[in-house]
Amino acid sequence: MSGAHAHALHYHGHSPLHRAAPQVKLAGLVLFVLAVVMTPPVAVWAFSIYAAILVALVGVASIPPRFFLTRLSIDLPFVLFAFLLPFFGEGPRVDLGFLSLSSAGLLAAWNILVKATLGAGASVLLAATTEVSDIITGLRKLKVPIVLTAIAAFMIRYLDVIAGEMRRTRIAMKARGYDPSWIAQVGPLATAAGALFIRSYERGERVHQAMMARGFVGEFPAALDDREEIVRWWPAMAPVLIAWATMVMASLIT
Amino acid sequence: MHMPDGYINAATAVGGAAVAAGGIWASLRQSGRHLREKQIPMAGLTAAFVFAVQMLNFPVAAGTSGHLLGGALAAILLGPWMGALVVTVVVVVQALLFADGGIVALGLNVLNMALVTVLVGWLAFRVLMRVLPKTTGGAIGATMAAGFFGVLGSSTAFVIEYAIGGLGGAPLTTVFATMTGVHALIGIGEGLISGVAVGSVLAVRPDLVTATADLGLRRTATAPGRRTVTAFVAVGLGVALALVFFVAPFASTDPDGLERVAIDQGFSAGAQDHPIEGPLSDYGVSGLESDQVGTMLAGAIGVFVVFGLGLGLVSVIRRRRTA
Amino acid sequence: MKALAVSGLTFAYPDGTRAVNGVDLDIEIGERVAVLGPNGAGKTSLLLLLIGVLEAQAGSIEIGGLRLGPDNLGEIRRRLGLVFQDPDDQLFMPTVEQDVGFGPANLGLRGPELRARVTEALEAVGEADLAERAPHHLSGGERRRVSIATVLAMNPEILVLDEPTSNLDPAGRRELVGLLGGLDASQVVVTHDLPFALELCPRAVILDGGRVVADGPTAELMADRELMNSHRLELPYGFDPANIRRR
Repeated sequence: MSGAHAHALHYHGHSPLHRAAPQVKLAGLVLFVLAVVMTPPVAVWAFSIYAAILVALVGVASIPPRFFLTRLSIDLPFVLFAFLLPFFGEGPRVDLGFLSLSSAGLLAAWNILVKATLGAGASVLLAATTEVSDIITGLRKLKVPIVLTAIAAFMIRYLDVIAGEMRRTRIAMKARGYDPSWIAQVGPLATAAGALFIRSYERGERVHQAMMARGFVGEFPAALDDREEIVRWWPAMAPVLIAWATMVMASLIT
Repeated sequence: MHMPDGYINAATAVGGAAVAAGGIWASLRQSGRHLREKQIPMAGLTAAFVFAVQMLNFPVAAGTSGHLLGGALAAILLGPWMGALVVTVVVVVQALLFADGGIVALGLNVLNMALVTVLVGWLAFRVLMRVLPKTTGGAIGATMAAGFFGVLGSSTAFVIEYAIGGLGGAPLTTVFATMTGVHALIGIGEGLISGVAVGSVLAVRPDLVTATADLGLRRTATAPGRRTVTAFVAVGLGVALALVFFVAPFASTDPDGLERVAIDQGFSAGAQDHPIEGPLSDYGVSGLESDQVGTMLAGAIGVFVVFGLGLGLVSVIRRRRTA
Repeated sequence: MKALAVSGLTFAYPDGTRAVNGVDLDIEIGERVAVLGPNGAGKTSLLLLLIGVLEAQAGSIEIGGLRLGPDNLGEIRRRLGLVFQDPDDQLFMPTVEQDVGFGPANLGLRGPELRARVTEALEAVGEADLAERAPHHLSGGERRRVSIATVLAMNPEILVLDEPTSNLDPAGRRELVGLLGGLDASQVVVTHDLPFALELCPRAVILDGGRVVADGPTAELMADRELMNSHRLELPYGFDPANIRRR
């Protein structure tokens, strides 16, 4: 299921963005979103620059706009409630037609909306142009402890398997007439979750045995994915620099 | 509760990320003894389990459904350190691979969803097991409470973060009341599901439940009884209502109380982003006047409903996504 | 020197269950032997003992003349390649290439030498073009063959397979017979699939209650109805070992 999920966000291609080293893209993502978040919300012009950068990158990556926008809409619910802030906010009001809205609330709503969307857009762009295993490799190259990236790699590998087991259990339950519709009925589902834990744990033991059977003694051989590559940080960092320049200027002006 | 970017300002988010990093570092150190080569594939598999369970739709009522956070469950099954690492990996991967949750806010999301829930859940469980009977039934009860408090801890952490670095727009007290109220409700579900799940593990492989390994449990019930469930739900609802009502009267004596304090004490980042809140002119203001309390409540309930709708919407959309 | 020499092997789980109760088994170099037996007979425990994942309480295991001990597990695990029943347990890396390379990398191979070994192993199972794929995108048969490749990549002398035909369709089974039949390594095949055992392995042993209760030519064992039935090894409908022309 997640394999399908991850692929739902990945768009195959050979653009410069696709080919860029994952650690460069990850660093770029974090720095870009940081600039966005640090920008004072009143500087509306700055956000149009950020949006333009994203649009340009989407173009460079040859990602169909529809694909991009659909993936982006997944984050919509979380910002939806931001729309309600102006109604419940306090302080000076602003009259918009027949509505009396809190100006502080409006500002906050705008702040959430634009920053969440830009952040989500950048994230979707990363996921669309980077293979799952490359993202893990990128994290390792950015000095994330290998224990964590190894756990992540195993998790990603077995997510489909575990989710598949869960799906089959649910189908079997449905086939025997169990289709809970409210919380008092979730008992069997929760019991199944416990059973799933046991099976996952035991599979983990078998995987460990399989690793030992092939000579594993505790060190993860990074042999195959350490191809010698020259990592090019420029021009990938150009959009980030533009974003930061924009943010600094916006902060100074406001 | 994967908060996107924009709720909390950068300074607070980065600070939160630093705290989260510290927590992860501590967890790595502590599990180092156990995280020999054996544990890594098992940690990965249990991380896949947590991820999969988080995707599970648990019906709440009338077509809405909720999702498990799983922090307390992870803590009880894996211990606090492994639990923290496993849920951290889940949260980070969700943000980077599935664009679920903000990037700058990732540190805060890890802090709230992985570290706080795990820590609070673990502590609640261990403390309760000192007073509850050392039986599987007692462990289930403790798990239910741990799940509840874990979620509450998580929402409280968010409120604190919001107080420090949120960009106003809603009175802090309202945010606190509603977040806490809503999460108390979520916590009831989390507690119930965690309790039943742990019970089913205790029934078959009690050796896999880390939190009970040193307790020498006597085997009694391996599923919460009807009375336990009813009691738990009643108490949980009581706590939820008490929190909401507790805050309202407190707020109306000095409506700007918490925020005034925040600004005066110089939560600097929050202060400069925070438009100075004038008295709540539309809702009426100071003094313990009953109609003020009423209106305050009305405001709180209003946002309550809004949150509920928001959550319901989220769940519906999530369900479509995972279907 | 024998490919595998097991003598008086005994193992009990911490809770007292005697999984392996004095097993003697010798496999000659180049031989293919089927291990038959009912569920719970101790077959899986035996396999884990062979690679030193479980530690026997008594008895000895020699692989190619080398006696299994705590200080030579690495070499033992190179010599004896264990193919697990569930390929998903064995394919734990993000890509096929990394999975097949895992074993040789642990043996110290690097760079072009490692890559060559990976290609060689994948070609041996006929799946050289799957290198970049992710394991969860492979079909059942592909996973089975790749999991065999992960073990072949270590150049084992003896191959041990646990229920290799489970979840394979008939064509997949036939391909597996062809694949295994063409390998040089000695083979021990634990299986419920009696026709498969007869086709691939000239010799069979029956394991029940933790010990070897029969050992002989496969066709003879299977023709002995009483023997088979007494160990829950009923012949498939229409399957008459006495009337099969051996190739």
